[in-house]
Amino acid sequence: MSATLIHMHTQPQVPLEAETLSPASIAGLSELGIEHLQVMHGNVKAKVGDFFKVTGKGTPDIHIEGDLSRVKMIGAGMSEGRMVVEGNVGMHIGIGMSGGEILVKGDATDWVGPEMSGGRITVLGDAGHMVGSAFRGQSTGITGGEIFIHGNVKNEVGNSMRRGFIAIGGDAGDFTAVSMRAGTIVVMGSTGVRTGAGMVRGTVACFGESPILPSFEYSCRYQPLFLRLYLIRLQEHGFEEKITDRHINGKYDRYSGDAVELNRGEILLFSGQ
Amino acid sequence: MKVMRIKKAEITDTFAEAFGMWGARVVITADTKQWARAAAASMTGFATSVIRCKLEAAVECEVPPEATPDRRPGVSVLLFTMSSKAIAGQLIDRIGQCVMTCPTTAAYNGLESEKTVSVGGKLRFFGDGYQISKLIDGRRLWRIPVMEGEFIVEESFGIQPAVGGGNLIILGTSQRIALRAATAASNAMREVAGVFLPFPQGVVGSGSKIGSRYKSMIASTNDRYCPTLRSISGQETLPENVAAGYEIVVDGLNEDVVKQAMRRGIHAAATRGSLTITAGNYGGELGKYKFHLHDILK
Repeated sequence: MSATLIHMHTQPQVPLEAETLSPASIAGLSELGIEHLQVMHGNVKAKVGDFFKVTGKGTPDIHIEGDLSRVKMIGAGMSEGRMVVEGNVGMHIGIGMSGGEILVKGDATDWVGPEMSGGRITVLGDAGHMVGSAFRGQSTGITGGEIFIHGNVKNEVGNSMRRGFIAIGGDAGDFTAVSMRAGTIVVMGSTGVRTGAGMVRGTVACFGESPILPSFEYSCRYQPLFLRLYLIRLQEHGFEEKITDRHINGKYDRYSGDAVELNRGEILLFSGQ
Repeated sequence: MKVMRIKKAEITDTFAEAFGMWGARVVITADTKQWARAAAASMTGFATSVIRCKLEAAVECEVPPEATPDRRPGVSVLLFTMSSKAIAGQLIDRIGQCVMTCPTTAAYNGLESEKTVSVGGKLRFFGDGYQISKLIDGRRLWRIPVMEGEFIVEESFGIQPAVGGGNLIILGTSQRIALRAATAASNAMREVAGVFLPFPQGVVGSGSKIGSRYKSMIASTNDRYCPTLRSISGQETLPENVAAGYEIVVDGLNEDVVKQAMRRGIHAAATRGSLTITAGNYGGELGKYKFHLHDILK
């Protein structure tokens, strides 16, 4: 079965909410059927065909071409299949995703994978704020799945995340893992300030610099065996240049916190040894 | 009775009778091959026969670092019990007492199966509330804090129906010839993936029969194959030229691997001198599986 090819021919003037660009929505539809699916252009109803040319019937394998920086909610509610975006994407990619895979070959803006519970989102470029985070007012962020960002990200990665695995190939901004409930975040660069503020459980591992809050306490320098498993998995998913044997076999300084919460979270800083 | 010959060995027209069991595979890793082996040796101790040990287990093979979940040296161990219920308890006891206690080790499930039993899910309580779970690629692991750092054990282990009690009996014109042939057979059989030979080095010097003249004994010496009893027990099983015999018991994850191991064992033994190769059975009335020696050689 060949992939469904969706090519952007017209840039939206304002952000386009295109939650219908998802395997679940286009499954079994004809080219015309897909082009007639509704999207929201600002507050105006529009059709997919107003902005995209579709080639091929709706399949679980979707390739989208063009600069989609203003296109939001791609892959919404995705539970299976594969989407490849040959460019940049806008906010809320993979919102509510429970399975399948999204690959973005460019950059993503804010809110990658909100309300995600399964599947995998890979962004080969940078991403914005709130990767894998809870929406404002919600107590829980992602509850599963994997988000792999190869570049840098901005603030509040994994805000309130409850489960899942987030990997950042570059640097992360401030408040990484703020209010984290559980799960794992690996940052291969450095983080901004207040990492793990208010975290209850969960793991943040960082290869570079990460200022430690006074409400975290040093435990020990050791080789966390479980982290090897995460790093090996990342090596198998395109991070082989950033994760070396030094990181896999190396020692990490473990800090427990946040003492203002349950104190069962941990920050693991690569010791360089 | 038809007789088949391979070189100087005579293959009796009979069958090995084997039983249905439940099997699990544990992959033990450690910082060094030596520690992984030490844990595996401890875990498979006192596990030769379900008759008294309640479990049959042995090392299946060593696993190179590139093939283990954490890329450290590993050892694969197979463990069989008579019931699916019993295997969970054995896994918990043996991983808890023999693997977790061994420095630098971790224990991973090595058998993909729909039916699973909770192992790490129970052992985690050793962490006394400080244990941490991690979900990696759909596999839940438990991090149990211990004095050397952390012990990692997978939450669930796959179990599957398996075959236990496949066997060969190798009779030789001298004890030395019989043991040399049995050793060769054992070495060849252990190379088959998915099988293990639960007795020391795979060779049994004291094969047993079911029952005894003593009520308290559920098994006793296999007098029909004891050369010292040739003129006493009234049995005619033992050929005149036989001075000693050994049994090889083979357990496997399915019938095919047991057959394959028995075939390899017969061929390996047959090159080692003048022998009779036969098998043990109970008339075909007790076991679920029958491995006819002549059939498996076809």
